[in-house]
Amino acid sequence: MDSNDLLSAAIWIPIAFGLVLLALGNDRSPGVIRGIALVGALIGFLVTLPIVARFDPSTAEMQFVERRVWIDLLDAYYHLGVDGISVWFVVLTAFITVIVVIAGWEVIEENVAAYMASFLMLSGLMVGVFTAMDGLLFYVFFEATLIPMYVIIGVWGGPRRVYAAFKFFLYTLAGSLLTLVALIYLYLSAGSFAIADWHALPLTMQEQLLIFLALFAAFAVKVPMWPVHTWLPDAHVEAPTGGSVVLAAIMLKLGAYGFLRFSLPIAPDASHELGWLVIGLSLTAVVYIGLVALVQSDMKKLVAYSSVAHMGFVTLGFFMFNNLGMQGAIIQMISHGFISGALFLCIGVLYDRMHSRDIGAYGGVVNTMPKFAAFFLFFSMANAGLPATSGFVGEFMVILGAVSFNPWTAFAAAVTMVLGAAYSLWMYKRVAFGPVANAEVAALRDLNAREFIMLSLLAIVTLWMGVQPKPFTDLTETSVDALLQHVSVSKIK
Amino acid sequence: MPDFNLIALVPEILLLMLACGVLLADAMLRKEDRHWVETLSLISVLVVLGALLWQAGGPAQTAFGGTFVVDALAAVLKITAALALFVALIYARRYNTERPVPRGEFQVIALFALLGQMVMISAANLLVMYLGLELMSLSLYALAAMRRDDRSASEAAMKYFVLGALASGFMLYGMSMLYGASGSLDLSDIALVSRAEQDKTFLVFGLVFIVGGLAFKFGAVPFHMWVPDVYQGTPTGATLLIATGPKLASFALAYRLLVEGLPGVVLDWQHMMLILAGLSLAFGILIAIAQTNLKRMLAYSGIAQVGFVLLGLIAGMVDGSFQLAPLAYGASMFYILTYVLTTLGTFGLIALMARSGFECEQIEDLKGLHRRSPWMALVMLALMFSLAGVPPTVGFYAKLIVLEAVVLAGYLWVAVFAVMMSLVGAFYYLRVVKTMYFDGPVDLSTPEPATDARLVLGINGAAVLVLGVLPGPLLTLCVEAIQLSMVAR
Repeated sequence: MDSNDLLSAAIWIPIAFGLVLLALGNDRSPGVIRGIALVGALIGFLVTLPIVARFDPSTAEMQFVERRVWIDLLDAYYHLGVDGISVWFVVLTAFITVIVVIAGWEVIEENVAAYMASFLMLSGLMVGVFTAMDGLLFYVFFEATLIPMYVIIGVWGGPRRVYAAFKFFLYTLAGSLLTLVALIYLYLSAGSFAIADWHALPLTMQEQLLIFLALFAAFAVKVPMWPVHTWLPDAHVEAPTGGSVVLAAIMLKLGAYGFLRFSLPIAPDASHELGWLVIGLSLTAVVYIGLVALVQSDMKKLVAYSSVAHMGFVTLGFFMFNNLGMQGAIIQMISHGFISGALFLCIGVLYDRMHSRDIGAYGGVVNTMPKFAAFFLFFSMANAGLPATSGFVGEFMVILGAVSFNPWTAFAAAVTMVLGAAYSLWMYKRVAFGPVANAEVAALRDLNAREFIMLSLLAIVTLWMGVQPKPFTDLTETSVDALLQHVSVSKIK
Repeated sequence: MPDFNLIALVPEILLLMLACGVLLADAMLRKEDRHWVETLSLISVLVVLGALLWQAGGPAQTAFGGTFVVDALAAVLKITAALALFVALIYARRYNTERPVPRGEFQVIALFALLGQMVMISAANLLVMYLGLELMSLSLYALAAMRRDDRSASEAAMKYFVLGALASGFMLYGMSMLYGASGSLDLSDIALVSRAEQDKTFLVFGLVFIVGGLAFKFGAVPFHMWVPDVYQGTPTGATLLIATGPKLASFALAYRLLVEGLPGVVLDWQHMMLILAGLSLAFGILIAIAQTNLKRMLAYSGIAQVGFVLLGLIAGMVDGSFQLAPLAYGASMFYILTYVLTTLGTFGLIALMARSGFECEQIEDLKGLHRRSPWMALVMLALMFSLAGVPPTVGFYAKLIVLEAVVLAGYLWVAVFAVMMSLVGAFYYLRVVKTMYFDGPVDLSTPEPATDARLVLGINGAAVLVLGVLPGPLLTLCVEAIQLSMVAR
């Protein structure tokens, strides 16, 4: 395939497969549906591999660029491209989609076609968010992801799914509508929707502050940052396993990515001006939400709060404006994608068997599910930031960055190492160790081949990234440097 | 000796002849052959559509000494109105057959309503305008009243008639003021007077009534009272016609009267429109939340959507210049076209869901639709998200371009207000999706519409999505149509 069309392929192949599945849509032959979905996810993943392989890490320029006129009246272009900041997320999205299709294999029995189609289309849309170089295109993809996720939570979710789905949709929409006004304003000021033009556009401090806050509304909700995080525990708890995995692994990153692509470079002066606010909210998330996670009795909720805490680390890394912090934050984003996804899958494995997420309902799982317990332990450790797992690399880099920024910030950030270990390992201890708690636990079956494959895939990448993070940082480095360089120059008119 | 230029009226003349033909056929045919009337009326609409397309290829022209104009704006709106009627007749077919609706009359009156709309769209003279308006309105009153044994339908028809007549009276009173101020019925003469440097109190006095009448026809707050009752009460087959074509004609009427006829008092009517738009957005959306009746909810949502259309009209003149007018009025026009597209779909779906002895009226009636008929649920999902303005549906671009025009005109806070309102509005569209997808079905019957209706509904839903991915051509068409029409003036 021509390398010029790779990004389009990564977007539209999953969406096309999703449409085919919707058209086939029935439950008469779920096997065929699952097969087609897996093929679609795999092809979608395979086309992203050459993007990484052929990526030139020496330049911060956009690569694999595609540019066609889209809406000529508005000067909007179908303009795609990746740089060091976004390239890994394209792969991550496609990879997680494969995992999610495998995870839903036997678990989802009703409306299989619609389920698989939702995830495939969501995958294509999210790749679109990461690769759009046109503000309008970005917004369209960003918003469009809401529809499949709303349906996923609402149709295949738990008992309070309706509440969770509405909360998810309206929270996110509230943020992004303000962003829309900001985007229109930027379009009218710059005369085009090209994000690159917006980066170069000089703006007064007042404009920058307003734009920053309007963008902040969307991205902070999506990340989510304290105190607008409350939709996330609900959405996570009620969503089906696959939905939780995609939410944690990729959707939250859309917000963080938005900071890097929009907030920082478009309003650099406002970013410096309001950096204290973001850092303050991030540290609150790290410390306070870490404590909140500690007292959860619902496993999914615990991991959801831990996600908020970890994402607090990410935003903290962004707003210290140094290379270590920012690169560490990006690594943390990728790694959190693997680890939180894996943890939700682990909880899903337990839930499929016992239909309970309550920590109190378990105990001594290691006796009946040794293979599962090993994976669960590994990912819990990774979540706590154990060295040699990917969780360590990102956190360590951000803390190092924080030391040079402000030692007290570093101190507060380092609390996450303690809290993370506390809530992850305590949960693990209560679920896995001790005597077999009850007859149901005694009757548990260990992982089947499908579950084993999906968890080991994630374990391999987590380990790989932990032992050998250089390939990851190599690709991001130049772009992060360029971004920091851009942000350090004032663009006040 | 005024030039008649009957060529400009070919579509209207054809439609009149065909409508009379259908009327005759209905009277002559035996009862068992009556279904031919439906086919004949569909063919008539297609013929008119062909004539309109043929005419759209030619240059702009006028007839009857400039009282009747055929320009780009007229072409686009008339073609849309004819298409909308075609689609609506297909949706309403089985619905009407299964109910005691006189079939021939329904078709004939619908054709006359279209004729009225076409005359309104092309009118450049107050008298012609009023003629078209009354032809359309009287036809619609009759359509609403067609089920005279049904209490709610009769009540709705009565309300529609009384309030509609009141609105027409307003309009006529305003028109007489304009005539008094300018001494002419031609919009071009009135425009000259409105531009002249002189006391305009008289003109503005007339303008108030004109805007009031227009707001009635659009269904904008505070002239919206009839909308919910009429939408809810009339049989869905008639609602389809009341909720679509007349909006297009009202837009043309507003454009001709205000932009072409009264450019000199633009500041006055822009402020009136701003108030109407703001009220419509706020009230339409907030009241829609409380509705449990689907048609009534859609009526209130329609009021809110009209608010957006009117927002486009406030953004045409900025600092005394009409430079941005094509974008702003084009945005309004794009909005109204997409609104008609989605409204056809939603009311069409309601008509198709109904069976003999069962009306799909409550939101509850859609429960579990995605299990009963996945494709219909998917179409409704696309329509709801389009009304809510969520991409990738066409409704998003409609909102986007209106907001862009509003921001460009300097009303940044109005845009923020509109955006916040559409966030609130998203709730009740989401609730419909929730009912279809998240709730289990109560009755397990599968709605099985006729093949043609199924096909058209599919195309209707697909259009919302396809235009949501590639809105460019239609957007350009709307802006260029306004541009050409403004140049031609």
